[in-house]
Amino acid sequence: MRHSDLTTALTDRTAKTFLGILFGAVLIVALLNLLVPAESGLHVSSYTVSLLGKYLCYALLALALDLVWGYCGILSLGHGAFFALGGYAMGMYLMRQIGDRGVYGHPELPDFMVFLNWEELPWYWHGFDSFGFAMIMVALVPGVLAFVFGWLAFRSRVTGVYLSIITQALTYALMLAFFRNELGFGGNNGLTDFKDILGFSLREDSTRVALLIASALALAGAFVLSRWITGTRLGRTVMAVRDAESRARFLGYRTEHYKLWIFTVSAILAGIAGALYVPQVGIINPGEFSPLNSIELVVWVAVGGRATLYGAVIGAILVNYGKTVFTGVMPEAWLFALGGLFVAVTVFLPQGLVGLAKSLLKRKRQPEPTLSDKEADHEPA
Amino acid sequence: MPRVLLLIFILLGVAGTAVAQPAAEPAGDAGQSTPSSEGEPRPPEAAITPEVSKEDALRASLAQFKSRDFDVKAEAIEEIARSGHERGEALLQALLDRELLHDLAGDRIVLGEQADGGWALRDPISEEDVGSAEARAARPVIINNRLRQQIRDLKSVTALANPNPLNRREAAQRLVGNTDLVVLDALRARQAEEANPLVKGVIDTALNIAVLRDPASQLNERLNAIDAVAGSLEPAVRNVLRDRLAQSDAAAERNAAERALKKIDLRTERYETADTIFFGLSLGSVLLLAAIGLAITFGVMGVINMAHGELIMLGAYTTFVVQQIFPDGHEWSLLIALPAAFLVSAIVGIIIERCVIRFLYGRPLETLLATFGVSLILQQAVRLIFSPLNRTVVTPDWMSGALQINPIFSLTYNRLYIIVFALIVFFALQLVLKKTRLGLQVRAVSQNRGTARAMGIRSERVNALTFGLGSGIAGIAGVALAQLTNVGPNLGQSYIIDSFMVVVFGGVGNLWGTLTAAFSLGIANKIIEPMAGAVLAKIMVLVFIILFIQRKPRGLFPQRGRAAEE
Repeated sequence: MRHSDLTTALTDRTAKTFLGILFGAVLIVALLNLLVPAESGLHVSSYTVSLLGKYLCYALLALALDLVWGYCGILSLGHGAFFALGGYAMGMYLMRQIGDRGVYGHPELPDFMVFLNWEELPWYWHGFDSFGFAMIMVALVPGVLAFVFGWLAFRSRVTGVYLSIITQALTYALMLAFFRNELGFGGNNGLTDFKDILGFSLREDSTRVALLIASALALAGAFVLSRWITGTRLGRTVMAVRDAESRARFLGYRTEHYKLWIFTVSAILAGIAGALYVPQVGIINPGEFSPLNSIELVVWVAVGGRATLYGAVIGAILVNYGKTVFTGVMPEAWLFALGGLFVAVTVFLPQGLVGLAKSLLKRKRQPEPTLSDKEADHEPA
Repeated sequence: MPRVLLLIFILLGVAGTAVAQPAAEPAGDAGQSTPSSEGEPRPPEAAITPEVSKEDALRASLAQFKSRDFDVKAEAIEEIARSGHERGEALLQALLDRELLHDLAGDRIVLGEQADGGWALRDPISEEDVGSAEARAARPVIINNRLRQQIRDLKSVTALANPNPLNRREAAQRLVGNTDLVVLDALRARQAEEANPLVKGVIDTALNIAVLRDPASQLNERLNAIDAVAGSLEPAVRNVLRDRLAQSDAAAERNAAERALKKIDLRTERYETADTIFFGLSLGSVLLLAAIGLAITFGVMGVINMAHGELIMLGAYTTFVVQQIFPDGHEWSLLIALPAAFLVSAIVGIIIERCVIRFLYGRPLETLLATFGVSLILQQAVRLIFSPLNRTVVTPDWMSGALQINPIFSLTYNRLYIIVFALIVFFALQLVLKKTRLGLQVRAVSQNRGTARAMGIRSERVNALTFGLGSGIAGIAGVALAQLTNVGPNLGQSYIIDSFMVVVFGGVGNLWGTLTAAFSLGIANKIIEPMAGAVLAKIMVLVFIILFIQRKPRGLFPQRGRAAEE
């Protein structure tokens, strides 16, 4: 049932269903938004389009985390940092696009720099007026950070809880750093007031729909890529590392290389998710680095179910939809619900919703119990 | 535990009396009875006249306040201070507080308090009720800044005779740099009979400064004075030395002043280092308190408790609630708050263990997620019950103020107590783990669960109790933190990452490692802070720990042997 080449990753039943539902939903929303007049009951508002786009970005981020957590057993509590870094790279491009339309009308400097009495653009802001350069940075910055961090961590065999805690420290340190005005990323307020992307106004419905479609494409691409990776020899080795790292090492595999590789890929995917997220919500600020965000992300994956990829996507969309509904109807109950979700999922649903559905289906097909999922997955590391 | 508490409070009590004693109270009877105050320059009859005529003299002086002339009032103040009457001090204070009134109707000077839109009047000496006056029928005796300074100086002069050496030193310190002749006379008189070397030192400094300020003094007198004050940390000394360096005609004096200034700079630097270390230690003990409960649950049991910060928060809120229940008991309510916070947090901890964690043993990452969920629930619950706003916990009097070691170095009591308290908690916990049956069982279970069970230890019960112990200590940490920071729903969150850093840095399963890590991180933070700012210091410490973990993945003091294999 594993896929060893790209075509099977694209064409097997799971992939077809997933991609079908994804593009079907996006197309319907896009058409209902663009073609149906606003008075009609069938019209989908631009708000909904952006909301859906946001969910897809979260789904991509959850997918990235699933790749390292579900398949490699690395519980990163700092994936929000890669997401935010990708977002900042995109935000810098969008800032440069404002040009002299800012409040202070400075042709070169973003508003917050004028406000801080800065004379010229810091060196690390150069090049971000080019879309291509910015897109390279979206992948490069989180990728390099993950590579360096992972190289240090995996080489010295920091694993398990220790790794989780230092990834959390990483995102916390970055959050504190980005809150500083001196760093040149807008401090507390972050980057905002974006005007347009590639010459298209961010206020236009068509731009929003295009961003939604771009997010869907990115998610689909990442999904296919991840399925392909997990089907290759490399992916199989990564899973071996997850299940019994010492054993894999004794068999001659350089486990740290595999972990580093998958960690970096995952960080790049998270960065891309951040880059797509920023133009759709219109702001990026240091709050995205907060450890809470990264942990919340873990629960999306846990709710959906680990090591299935589509489970992470389902979890991200469901939890965030729940968040939107809850915070609208009874905001004070949301944290109770989220907290309860953490507890319930870990205690009662270790395999997430997907695992629950699978075991229900299995019970229907063959009543006698087989080796339970729980035991199979929690072989001691 | 109670014995430990008792010890703390005995310690606190001793230090507390030293500060809390109001300066005015003992000063009154000192002026009346002790021969020691005789050194003050005063009219000879003051010491020998009977009490009655003393009172008449005082009344006569008071009457002078009817005048509008500030010079006349200054004279009256002087007379009152020298009268040696027991009410003198209180009357001067009343003058400062604008409670000494000129009753226009009776044309007399009285004490008065505002009451019902008018004044309630009392006799200035007997303090008997002498009727009332309309708001406009009496007005406070007006004084200006010069008179205020004069009163303060005179109060200090009076306090020089206080039987408590701490008060005497404080009074002398207030007079350093003062060149008023009356003050100097008083200081000289005091210098002759002062037995306490600390107080004497301050008085010497004050007099030496006066010599240096005196244009008529001889060169060798001044050189001696410079030698004597070299190394003193009083700002007034530094100022006078700078002036001498700039103004003196004699090269010898300039050299001496320069040498003395260098010596002062050196000492200042040394004390500033001591100050940094003290702040570092106090931050370290806060970290220790926050982390030590975590060290038990994380280190001994291998359980990641992300709700640890919220258990600290519960302790802080318990302090708040106890204070609400006993609104008049700020001085002693901590005695109730400590055990109460321990119980509240311990019970919540045991509930968490029984309902959530026990299903997740051996799955540390899942424990982490589940307890994080619990932390969200606790936070939100507190937010709903107590509102999202910060609550204020009143700090008892014996905890405010500072122990003034010298003019630039003082130890604030709340920080001092936190350090002592953190160490007491640490050693008490060590005792529990090393000497009690529960401690033995905890260590057995943490070393090898299977064998411990085979030996008849009920590991389930031990787990619950250990978790309760760790949580209870978090509650106690909350009581301590409530004295330092705001009590709000986010209190716990701000400590959880730091606490984890401390435990991981020190090495899991090793309480001494936690102690070392807490203090070294605290001091490191405070050393970097002045150079780089608070936020950058924190970032640098975090990055340092991240890099450190790469070098030594198991912390400063790694666990060895079978337990380390997991």
